[in-house]
Amino acid sequence: MTPRPAKRHNVLPGFGLSLGYTLFYLCLIVLIPLSAAFIRTSSLTWEQFWGIVTTPRVVASYQLTFGASLIGATINAVFGLIVAWVLVRYSFPGKRILDALVDLPFALPTAVAGIALTGLYAQNGWIGSLLAPYGIKVAFTQLGVIVALTFIGLPFVVRTVQPVIEDLERELEEAAASLGASRWQTFVNVILPVILPALLTGFALALARAIGEYGSVVFIAGNIPMKTEITPLLIITKLEQYDFVGATALAVVMLVISFCMLLVVNLLQWWANRRAGRES
Amino acid sequence: MAGAATSLAASTSAVAVPGRARKTAATDEHPAIKWLLIGLSVTFMVLFLIIPLVAVFCEAFRKGTDVYFAALVEPDAVSAIKLTLITAAIAVPLNLVFGVAAAWAIAKFDFRGKSVLITLIDLPFSVSPVVAGLIYVLVFGLQGWLGPWLQAHDLKVVFAVPGIILATIFVTFPFVARELIPLMAAQGNEEEEAALVLGASGWQTFWHVTLPNIKWGLLYGVILCNARAMGEFGAVSVVSGHVRGQTNTMPLHVEILYNEYQFAAAFAVASLLALLALVTLGLKSFIEWKTRREHEVLPLEAPREA
Amino acid sequence: MALKTFKHLALAGALTLAGVLPLAAQAQTTLLNVSYDVAREYYKDYNPVFAAYWKKKTGETVTINQSHNGSSAQARAVADGLEADVVTMNQATDVDFLAEKGIVAKDWVKRFPNAASPNYSTMIFLVRKGNPKGIKDWNDLVKPGVQVIIPNPKTAGNGRYTYLAAWGYALKKNQGSEVQAREFAKALFKNVPVLDSGGRGATTTFAQRNIGDALVTFENEVYLIQKELGADKVEIVYPSMSIRADNPVAVVERTVEKKKSRKQAQAYLEYLWSPEAQDIAGRYYYRPVVAAVAKKYAAQFKPIQMFTVEEVFGNWDKANKAHFVDGGSFDQIYQK
Repeated sequence: MTPRPAKRHNVLPGFGLSLGYTLFYLCLIVLIPLSAAFIRTSSLTWEQFWGIVTTPRVVASYQLTFGASLIGATINAVFGLIVAWVLVRYSFPGKRILDALVDLPFALPTAVAGIALTGLYAQNGWIGSLLAPYGIKVAFTQLGVIVALTFIGLPFVVRTVQPVIEDLERELEEAAASLGASRWQTFVNVILPVILPALLTGFALALARAIGEYGSVVFIAGNIPMKTEITPLLIITKLEQYDFVGATALAVVMLVISFCMLLVVNLLQWWANRRAGRES
Repeated sequence: MAGAATSLAASTSAVAVPGRARKTAATDEHPAIKWLLIGLSVTFMVLFLIIPLVAVFCEAFRKGTDVYFAALVEPDAVSAIKLTLITAAIAVPLNLVFGVAAAWAIAKFDFRGKSVLITLIDLPFSVSPVVAGLIYVLVFGLQGWLGPWLQAHDLKVVFAVPGIILATIFVTFPFVARELIPLMAAQGNEEEEAALVLGASGWQTFWHVTLPNIKWGLLYGVILCNARAMGEFGAVSVVSGHVRGQTNTMPLHVEILYNEYQFAAAFAVASLLALLALVTLGLKSFIEWKTRREHEVLPLEAPREA
Repeated sequence: MALKTFKHLALAGALTLAGVLPLAAQAQTTLLNVSYDVAREYYKDYNPVFAAYWKKKTGETVTINQSHNGSSAQARAVADGLEADVVTMNQATDVDFLAEKGIVAKDWVKRFPNAASPNYSTMIFLVRKGNPKGIKDWNDLVKPGVQVIIPNPKTAGNGRYTYLAAWGYALKKNQGSEVQAREFAKALFKNVPVLDSGGRGATTTFAQRNIGDALVTFENEVYLIQKELGADKVEIVYPSMSIRADNPVAVVERTVEKKKSRKQAQAYLEYLWSPEAQDIAGRYYYRPVVAAVAKKYAAQFKPIQMFTVEEVFGNWDKANKAHFVDGGSFDQIYQK
């Protein structure tokens, strides 16, 4: 990797040193250990590997993991957008506290979050007991998985969309309004296109985070095979059976998916930056 | 992470909005819609964030303050707190140095394969913590690559403190880098180039020009990294060995107490971690306030306009 | 100035590290007992008793460290290098795994009396006060409308014993019909609303979340939970028969060779058969194996017909292969 002949000559020193160190550290901490998982799996033939990662129970767990992550990320996209909008555009008492709390799921250990959420949403919990009369069960159902995944993905959409709403040029909205557009039309045709890339990025980040989540979900899920069993739990299950190869096979599948998701995120960001660059 | 990264920029300009005071009726929602949206956000946040937080503290104090403080000064708890602090004290500076180096290479230079590199840096963030722990056992465990050699030289990595530190470094790997890359990219190279033209050495330029510019962003990254380092459970659980008083971190200690039916004590230690989260958030607000003040003196263009 | 703070932090970190690590590395006779999750309280009491005995006998001070987690996870950690001097598990399959790797002796079962199991337990029921669903035996658990809390047999030894107990019961009631046993297990797990990953998680679900009409778990756990919750909330129910759950122990050859701690490790496990240790076991509601102590605690436990894994399933390996591996009888329950 040599610096590409840039548009302008780059005179800054330290490219070799900083990139070298980055690659060295990346290999040491991330790539070599991750490759261990791939190499462990290579003792399987392709058919064996495929057999392990496509049994009905595993497929059901993918469905739950990805389905619940998608729903959680969608909830976060909708509400995260509203929260970001509210935090930027309006002022109301307690706004700063609310703003600060957005990052909480980041810092709270996931197991603690899981236990607290299970306690709240169980049928005798504060929230669960309110829902029970309507026949809504949250804890130990797929709904519980969605709640946990929504919790841990909450900061992402808010924090990616917030700065874009900050930067929105009011002139555009004013122009749209003066041309007779309704507020809703302005939102759909003027505002949404600008914040869409950031919204997608936040959505994808929340999704990526949710797919790998284990700590908070096992407490609230109920872990019933084919129904509320997530893929990371199946990895643990295989380990408990001393099935190391099976466990790493599932781990590899999740790794590849994670990598693809993140690549999409970064391409989205690149696309967003390009768009922003073109427009200004 | 990118979210966290941009939040800094977010609140910097958040204050600028009232200052601009360009509100016109045409670009304001109907008050009813405005309050509906505020109501929705507040309900969402209360339901998903505030109630769980309150629940943690309620559980912690359920058996009174005596039980609460007794749980925190118990020897096993103290050693867990110590280990957690040590782990963070080692993992965070290492990721800090890496973050600065990576951001320098990625933000200041153009090269092929950049997005793949960024994606690889992001990867630990979406890897399931269980897998993160597992891969270190595969490398350093006795049935792994380096295990037999380490055993022969009487070195312990997994099921000892080094393993816990490695797993923590892994899960907090992207934080500082992810915080700095957009910030340094937005700042551009002009200031550094000017310093170099004026005869400063590379290191002098870095210490006196770059570092002052990124220090708050850097500190913010460190704070997030630290919070996650102290709170990590899944990955650490796999490599810890669970030896009481020796290789138990705070989140693992919480699990043990919980499994021993000492719910109040478990939540007491958990509340300490939640408290840490709150202190972190407080610090973050302070940093934002600080940055804002500096920005008022030295206005910086936001990334997107750059 | 931020950097100065970092430097100070790093320095402080290094100093703390220097202060703490040597403590952990102190080499004089320290034993590590790697054990399963719910044995904490028992070994917490046993360790000082053994240390006092050893001091009196040899004048040597021995410190015992404990590590607790799920039984299989612990066996795996030992195989991957956790330096246990002794392992004390709750199912033979985990010690067998280590024997297969050459980490404990192949004939570990014969190294101590009673098939190397100093105490044992069995699977019984805990029900809500007044037993509103009238649960008396295993066949009451499969009735429609009854909810049973059992941890996941794939991840918890606890759940594995329960599964085998139910299977064994069904075999005995149906003249050894595998088909009937399969149906019985299926009906039982249809009634399980939450499959916690560990035994204590299942207890929490039953006791704190108030889910389920019955909890099936180890006898010693059942008594502990009743003590914790109060006899006014829950009742103990003994089924007509159940499985014997041994708690096998073994010396970890790999570690004691290296650390030269064989003498202490061997003595540590042998002393589990002493009247003092057997008495502690009885106090924690494990069934003692030494006749004199067993007699003392006889009144504490109700008599129950017990069968062993070996009697019904041949051995643990066969039981695992038939029921708990991927695609085994347990997985088939959940297949459509």
